[in-house]
Amino acid sequence: MALKPRQTDFEVVRDQDKCISCQVCLRQCSNDVHEYDSDQDIIYSDNSQCVGCHRCESLCPTGAMKIKQSESEFRQNFNWSPAHIKNIYKQADSGGVLLTGMGADRPYPIYWDHILFNAAQVTNPSIDPLREPMEIKTFIGNKSDVVGVDIDQGETFNMKLKQDISPQLVLSTPILFSAMSFGSISFNACASLARAARQFGTFYNTGEGGMHKDLEIYASNTIVQVASGRFGVDIDYLKRAAAIEIKIGQGAKPGIGGHLPAEKVTEEVSNARMIPQGTDAISPAPHHDIYSIEDLMQLIYALKEATDYQKPVGVKVSAVHNVAPIASGIVRAGADFVTIDGLRGGTGAAPQAIRDNIGIPIELALASVDTRLREEGIRHKASVIAAGSIRSSADIVKAIALGADAVYIGSAALLALGCNLCQKCYTGKCNWGIATQDPYLTKRLNPNIGTRRLENLLRGWSLEIKEMLGGAGINAIESLRGNREHLRGIGIGEKELAVLGIKHAGEAW
Amino acid sequence: MGEKLEIMERMTRKEYSTRFRIPSGCAVFGVVNQKGMRFSGQTVLEGITMMHDRSNGLGGGFAAYGIYPRFAQEWAFHLIYEDRIAQQQAEDLLGQNFEILLSEEIPTDGSIRLDQPPLNYRYFLRCQKNMGKHEQDFIVNLVMNINSNIRGAFVVSSGKNMGIFKGVGYPEDIGRYYRIQEYEGYLWTSHGRFPTNSAGWWGGAHPFGLLNWSVVHNGEISSYGSNKRFVNDFGYKCTLSTDTEVIAYLFDLLVRREKIDLRLLHLILAAPLWEEIERLAPDIRKVVTALRTVYGPALLNGPFNIIIGHNDFMYALNDRIKLRPMVAARHQDYMYVSSEEAAIRKVCPSPSLVWRPEGGQPVIGRVSIPRKAKLNQKAGV
Repeated sequence: MALKPRQTDFEVVRDQDKCISCQVCLRQCSNDVHEYDSDQDIIYSDNSQCVGCHRCESLCPTGAMKIKQSESEFRQNFNWSPAHIKNIYKQADSGGVLLTGMGADRPYPIYWDHILFNAAQVTNPSIDPLREPMEIKTFIGNKSDVVGVDIDQGETFNMKLKQDISPQLVLSTPILFSAMSFGSISFNACASLARAARQFGTFYNTGEGGMHKDLEIYASNTIVQVASGRFGVDIDYLKRAAAIEIKIGQGAKPGIGGHLPAEKVTEEVSNARMIPQGTDAISPAPHHDIYSIEDLMQLIYALKEATDYQKPVGVKVSAVHNVAPIASGIVRAGADFVTIDGLRGGTGAAPQAIRDNIGIPIELALASVDTRLREEGIRHKASVIAAGSIRSSADIVKAIALGADAVYIGSAALLALGCNLCQKCYTGKCNWGIATQDPYLTKRLNPNIGTRRLENLLRGWSLEIKEMLGGAGINAIESLRGNREHLRGIGIGEKELAVLGIKHAGEAW
Repeated sequence: MGEKLEIMERMTRKEYSTRFRIPSGCAVFGVVNQKGMRFSGQTVLEGITMMHDRSNGLGGGFAAYGIYPRFAQEWAFHLIYEDRIAQQQAEDLLGQNFEILLSEEIPTDGSIRLDQPPLNYRYFLRCQKNMGKHEQDFIVNLVMNINSNIRGAFVVSSGKNMGIFKGVGYPEDIGRYYRIQEYEGYLWTSHGRFPTNSAGWWGGAHPFGLLNWSVVHNGEISSYGSNKRFVNDFGYKCTLSTDTEVIAYLFDLLVRREKIDLRLLHLILAAPLWEEIERLAPDIRKVVTALRTVYGPALLNGPFNIIIGHNDFMYALNDRIKLRPMVAARHQDYMYVSSEEAAIRKVCPSPSLVWRPEGGQPVIGRVSIPRKAKLNQKAGV
């Protein structure tokens, strides 16, 4: 074909009456959309380069700009969607694998939006969280089989624990920041997450990017990941951490590894990952020392040995069809927590075909994992953390009622930092200073402001969780956990209700 | 109405009544003589009658301890049957598993008119072989088996030297129907029920009993789903969909099987707030933190006032923010717990001590029977 088909996703609409040619848009855009013509004192835009990140629109001082979906339309065809057509043009052009970022955006059912929560009326008073205590403190770890207590029979009634229970992570709210590596996101983004976790009393996760030396002071609020590339892993890294997570899979790309291109491996990234500067950081698809469940058990116990059994060791898997028995095996292999990452979980880079088609939604995976662990009598041996697109406090309440101990948030945290879900994280040109290592771009994200915004989000959601708990007549989060009696399905079928283990709206107790 | 009747025809009363969890408001009353002196059921009958307005005539009942001294060492089973077929099946099962020392209809006062009383029988049973420490688990399994598999049969109580009398009606009528004023026991609890549905089933009244446990309860447990799945994990089947049932299983699990000290139990069932735990001395804080962390799913949430009866003690507990009323009193060797003070004053006009227990603080009335009385009891005097 002689002519490359034009692929325009967005249109930059500029109100020339309002534009003062200040060139903010030009300076803010790393995709070179805007160009200043000094002769005419006018700014032109190349729509084909626009990714729809809304940075220019947000910073335009006169409000002259609007980014709209492209009005250029293909002939309507219910089989060949514009996305399919454009993808074929791109691949015919490049011969490569199509990459994308963030979580699956296809219109699969979102079960959160088909579940309703309960409230108390008459027979049971609702509790006002503004006046009464409302507890959402959460513990992640193996809940021992027994608690042995020595009671001093004297007058003082002193008591002592016979043996300490397994190590626990203590969270002030059932929300943690999901694994996002330094490399895939900027140092300022990592610092914002780490500081917000410290100040709010929860944890962030290093992903497989290692721990930047300037973030070591936040180690007691850090979950470190051991992934297939083993980047940044040494004994100090393990010992510093609050908990360790073995990453087997990720919801956005189950079954495949990762690739941080050489150009992103800056000096700082190379130090944190312990690899030479300017080399590709490739995480293999499997761990090459884990080809079976018994191998996983060896790694779990190797990490526990290395850290003197002082911290929880968990395993993260993506939600695949067989996730329930897999989770059961993981718990039996000695994991203190299991992270399940659903279909809609985010990523810094993944093949679009994988992201959009592999795995199952977290709602169904979570319900079936919790059910299976209970059936086998091992639910108390490990905490379950749900991940993969938690969008609101209501999603969290529903996840906990389905059986989660806590949730990880990744995309939501990035949104709080300014992300607009343009899905171009893999290009390294993030205009919001999040998914990039370019110093010109990363300095746009001020970690002080980032920390405050993340804290605000945690605070707002925690308040909403308390309101919902109180409304249902519950004043401690443990009484919500796995309490599926408080959930009802709406507009879903028998099979889905059965997998979720809930009744349909309109059915009483 | 027509549809309801049609449903009732297809289902037994038990099946109809246990389909859903039914919240109810209630009156509870308990009295214990801590020296183990036995006294007539007249006391508890008068106490609960005082709180007539807390019930709506759809359930009342009594648990009595020390009433069968002649068979003090044998299993005393109270069963209700909806028909003779159920009776036949249950008795076959009992006959296969026990030596039946005595089997009789529970005496009732026919002049009290109640809504369709079932057949009421009691049995004194001895296990055919010595099962040692597994005997209690065997009893639990047998009770679960009868309750879930024999249509129209229900085990009302299954302890030793104790019995539960309950049915559909106001508690004062149920008490007189079972002639409880003619029994003598050292510990009594009672219950008047105000359920939000109209289906009456005698087994669904309170107290709920399992082994020596009896539970009366006023409240609605908002943590029911979490508690239910916790006891399910240990093999207890919640077949009645009632809060009282799950509370009984929690007690059996925690006290009998997990051997949690009675003095620590409230730290699990009505755990202190984290901010209160933070203020405890380090050793104690560690214990309470461990208990709350490990037994989180056993936390009872929502409003409740429960009285647990057992051969050795009466245990009363309010939810941790005291959303339901509870008053306790002491006089000489007697200890009283009641929804309302008036009920206590009715049977004991000037107690030496009256108090309102704080939310989450247990009231424990232990029974320590003097040695001589114990010997007499064994001899069946």
